[in-house]
Amino acid sequence: MNLEMFLKMQNELLLVVLLLAVLVGEIITSQKGKSKLINFTIIAFAIVTLIGFFHQPDGALFGGMFHTNSLIQLLKNGLNVGVLIILMQSAGWLKETLVKQNKSAEFFLLMFSSLIGLNFMISAGDFLMFYVALELSTLPVAALVAYNAYKRQSAEAGIKLILSATLASGLALFGISFLYGTTGAIYFDDMANLLQMSNLTILGLVFFFAGLSFKVSLVPFHFWTADVYEGAPINVTSYLSVISKGAAVFILTFILFNVFKAFSDIWKPMLYTVAIATMFVGNLFALRQQNLKRFLAFSSVAQAGFMLLGIINGGVLGAASVVYFVLVYMFSNLGAFGVVQAISHKTGKENMDDYNGLYRTNPMLSMVMMLGLFSLAGIPPVAGFFGKFFLFTAAAGKGYYILVFIAVVNATISLYYYLKVIRAMFLRQSENPIPYFKNDIFMKLGLATAAAGILILGLYSPLYEYVQSISNLIFN
Amino acid sequence: MISGISIYHILTLTTILFFIGIYGFITRKNLIAILISIELILNASVVNFVIFNTYLYPDMLQGVFFSIFIIAIAAAESALAVSIIVSFYRMLASVDVKDTETLKY
Repeated sequence: MNLEMFLKMQNELLLVVLLLAVLVGEIITSQKGKSKLINFTIIAFAIVTLIGFFHQPDGALFGGMFHTNSLIQLLKNGLNVGVLIILMQSAGWLKETLVKQNKSAEFFLLMFSSLIGLNFMISAGDFLMFYVALELSTLPVAALVAYNAYKRQSAEAGIKLILSATLASGLALFGISFLYGTTGAIYFDDMANLLQMSNLTILGLVFFFAGLSFKVSLVPFHFWTADVYEGAPINVTSYLSVISKGAAVFILTFILFNVFKAFSDIWKPMLYTVAIATMFVGNLFALRQQNLKRFLAFSSVAQAGFMLLGIINGGVLGAASVVYFVLVYMFSNLGAFGVVQAISHKTGKENMDDYNGLYRTNPMLSMVMMLGLFSLAGIPPVAGFFGKFFLFTAAAGKGYYILVFIAVVNATISLYYYLKVIRAMFLRQSENPIPYFKNDIFMKLGLATAAAGILILGLYSPLYEYVQSISNLIFN
Repeated sequence: MISGISIYHILTLTTILFFIGIYGFITRKNLIAILISIELILNASVVNFVIFNTYLYPDMLQGVFFSIFIIAIAAAESALAVSIIVSFYRMLASVDVKDTETLKY
């Protein structure tokens, strides 16, 4: 036992240090220094993100409660980059709105504690760690959703999120208690060896899956998604839809592949039906949305359905395609959300009709939006196409041809509504389009990073090969 | 272990508690009552953990530890939920579910 052991959790430790630094900085800075504190925090977080790329530790801590390897570190880096993009996109909003209300530093505190929770969650080696980390990642987000204290919709969304998240964790806990009762173990490894097929364990699996489905917003449990996404501030919405969903998909894959390995006859048909329902409901409801936040909410429900196609493969190929798609989806969604954020911050407009003729006034923003939406829809040169392609390959490799066919039909439906936004921006004309405006440097950087991520992930193939070469690590 | 009471009795009790919680979550019209229903659900699993530990694996303590963590986190959750409900109450002077319907479909 020496202190160097703790370098295995360097990412979490660095984030805790940063969080404390922001807390102290908030206390000692004057009112005028607050916007400098915002710049400092973003730059410090960028450095933390960079460190993650250089030092990649392996191994387990605390008797196996915490473990990490290159695949988990890759995902943690991805989450860090995603949060960095979100913070850069929200810098202007923070400086102009929240500094006046004197609650800009709390935004960082809550976001970083939620990110620490997600990091611990994907590194968890037993159910206790998993549960505590799940709550640590959910509770701060609920506070962030209700951040606009004087807006009715924000409080309403906060209530909806916290109540459904607690119900979800209650369901998952009830399932875990059955699994504990049948095996006497809470470690993932021990439980995988001891689990035997019985009605009680299947009930436990179903409850656990239901609990985690809330977090991923799969279909019977997706009702909170659109409401919360619409009511929350936009950067919180993109955090919920990208970062927290990506981590939850990864841990769902990890637990199904490891703990419930012997149960694949049970969870594969379950995923099959849930995937079909999720894709159809997400896509068909997205068709009739006018508010862009709700529209992207339902599109993210549909994308979660596509991710299940990778999980259903149950092997290394499935894991690789899911991790790759999570990274791709992150950049694409952040690009789209970033543009919605920029426009909503400057003009307060969030509806699809407001975007008519956007290309003539703000060509750069419309280009980024187009890249993001093309990537979400899966149009060839950009990353989203390859993400979907590998997911479909993974499902077809195990003989799920009907499921792949249904997924392709859904991808076509989704193309229609993504193109609706693009048509509004490029082809429609408007009497009073959104006027031209300049974005601050952080917003530009955030959008540029997202756009670069979309293009690089799609065009530079060694990245996918790298993901595939390390994704056998998902099996402990 | 309690003499005269088998594990089946207590598991039946916790299952009933759990489904009372689910029923309450769906049917109650008051946000605080929904919060109470969620506490029922969480407490059902707390009792489950303790009972499995005492009856089946008496030489280990994992279940008991797990239940302590659940109790602590449930307290944090309900504190946060109540504070969000309070900020909602300040705006509308109401804690009814029917007032949280501006975001729909």
